[in-house]
Amino acid sequence: MADKVLMKGNEAIAEAAIMAGCRHYFGYPITPQTEIAAYMAKRMPKIGGVFLQAESEIAAINMVYGVSSTGKRVMTSSSSPGVSRKSEGISYMAGADLPALIVNVQRGGPGLGGIQPSQSDYFQATRGSGHGDYHLIVLAPSSVQEMADLTIKGFDLGDKYRMPVMLLADGTMGQMMEPVSFDNVETKEYDKSWAVTGTKCERKHNIINSLYLKPEELEKENFARFERYKVIEANEAMYQEYKMDDAEICVVAFGIAARVAQNAIDAAREEGIKVGMIRPITLWPFPKAPMLAATDKVHTFISVEMSMGQMIEDIKLATECRRPVELCNRVGGMIPTPDEVLDSIRAAAQKGGNK
Amino acid sequence: MEFKRLTLLAGHYGSGKTNIAVNLAFELKKQADRVAIGDLDIVNPYFRTKDSADMLEKAGISLICSPYANSNVDIPALPQEMYALTDDKTLHAIVDIGGDDRGALALGRYAPAIVEENNYDMWLVVNRFRPLTSNATDTLEVMNEILTACKIPFTGIVNNSNLGADTTEETVLSSVLYGQEVAKACGLPLIMTTVEERLYPALKDKIPNLFPLGLQSRIFDK
Repeated sequence: MADKVLMKGNEAIAEAAIMAGCRHYFGYPITPQTEIAAYMAKRMPKIGGVFLQAESEIAAINMVYGVSSTGKRVMTSSSSPGVSRKSEGISYMAGADLPALIVNVQRGGPGLGGIQPSQSDYFQATRGSGHGDYHLIVLAPSSVQEMADLTIKGFDLGDKYRMPVMLLADGTMGQMMEPVSFDNVETKEYDKSWAVTGTKCERKHNIINSLYLKPEELEKENFARFERYKVIEANEAMYQEYKMDDAEICVVAFGIAARVAQNAIDAAREEGIKVGMIRPITLWPFPKAPMLAATDKVHTFISVEMSMGQMIEDIKLATECRRPVELCNRVGGMIPTPDEVLDSIRAAAQKGGNK
Repeated sequence: MEFKRLTLLAGHYGSGKTNIAVNLAFELKKQADRVAIGDLDIVNPYFRTKDSADMLEKAGISLICSPYANSNVDIPALPQEMYALTDDKTLHAIVDIGGDDRGALALGRYAPAIVEENNYDMWLVVNRFRPLTSNATDTLEVMNEILTACKIPFTGIVNNSNLGADTTEETVLSSVLYGQEVAKACGLPLIMTTVEERLYPALKDKIPNLFPLGLQSRIFDK
């Protein structure tokens, strides 16, 4: 492969997964993520891997459960309605402490919704999606290069903490083409002595399970899991700041919305408005610390998101409601235009702060 | 540039067919009175000639595509007007064929008439920087899959090698040999190399048969 290649976001995810050592992919086609499956179907047979189009999303996620139990790197991908169907299996994986990469290339909802891009699965991704107390690590790329980098990072994080990881993209990110480099791929190996690989009568057998009928035991499992979550919250939050040094207004946006917002911020700066952006790269753990710190200097936060206002709740929690948080949004497959975001920034500047 | 009555563009998905089709239609309009674009892409709803509908209409180029493209009805149907491509011999057209063999399958129903009339070009659009067509061998594989699906023999290669916004003069120059190798492996002529308009002046004397492409900008690009 040349130093740089031109890829769709969906293809970059698939190739990066292969580079991260993933040799098992189970999926079911759905727009706008089908190129992931198509790419895997072409590549996996050539490298001794497994591509399997399951009979449904539910079957696919349970195949992922099975392969993950054996300690192998494994992934599945879908788009919003398909991820809803996977949620039961994701909960079981969280309960059995199984790593895997689950990709959601979001489309408009609810229900069958549309096929155009959306970010309205934020709650579904960050609140666990299935039943029970659990989290997924949620990674939100904002370029095709990041689609690749965060896919690899996702496999590492999953193995490190023994939990499912979600890559949360959207239809535009999946379909858009950008140059991407795989030059600096580094991936780590983690201890998987917990995996079910056959005891050869040499060790006690391992059990992969999420059923604990004794409440004391189940409570203990939950407590232990949330101790691990605390470590993740302390160490793994990722974000990027843009022109925040002297900012009085802070835009918060992720994924494709962050790219539109960045253009709006540049335009606002030309008008003399001091505005910057904090772009969460992990949605769970949410980068709370930089946002709380920003409350000392900014008078208003603006959440730019392609949902009816989901991330805005996390911003309010992170900033402890010290500053007003405005919402700039489009939904249903619509992407906010730079002008729409600029209008929100202008309005916030005009209103000013109360600090 | 000389055009046959029909110019068919096929290739791996993401090779740039749709954008080239739109640009070629404008070029064709300079030479022919009645010009149409036929969009046979029934697979990918995200990149369609229909996005350029207003621009084409202003230029007097008619667009024949699925009436359901970019609409609520998500079915892979083609309109009866598509038969004008083969039946109306006074019409010149650029035909955008969907990605890979699946996209080319839809072309099959028009193939007997196209081959019989024999006033067509069928060009394979290739990009060296697309990972699944990065060398002549892999590209030939894609070409044969398309050929098997649509049964219309290819007549030439279009080298559209680019790295999107990162494309430099060097990117394009370094792809010329690849274009020639693909053409040789297929036993077909290299019809042209395409390049983004901004790089055209610097490269037009260095690369034979260079064709400049206008691109549509997107709101999330810098």
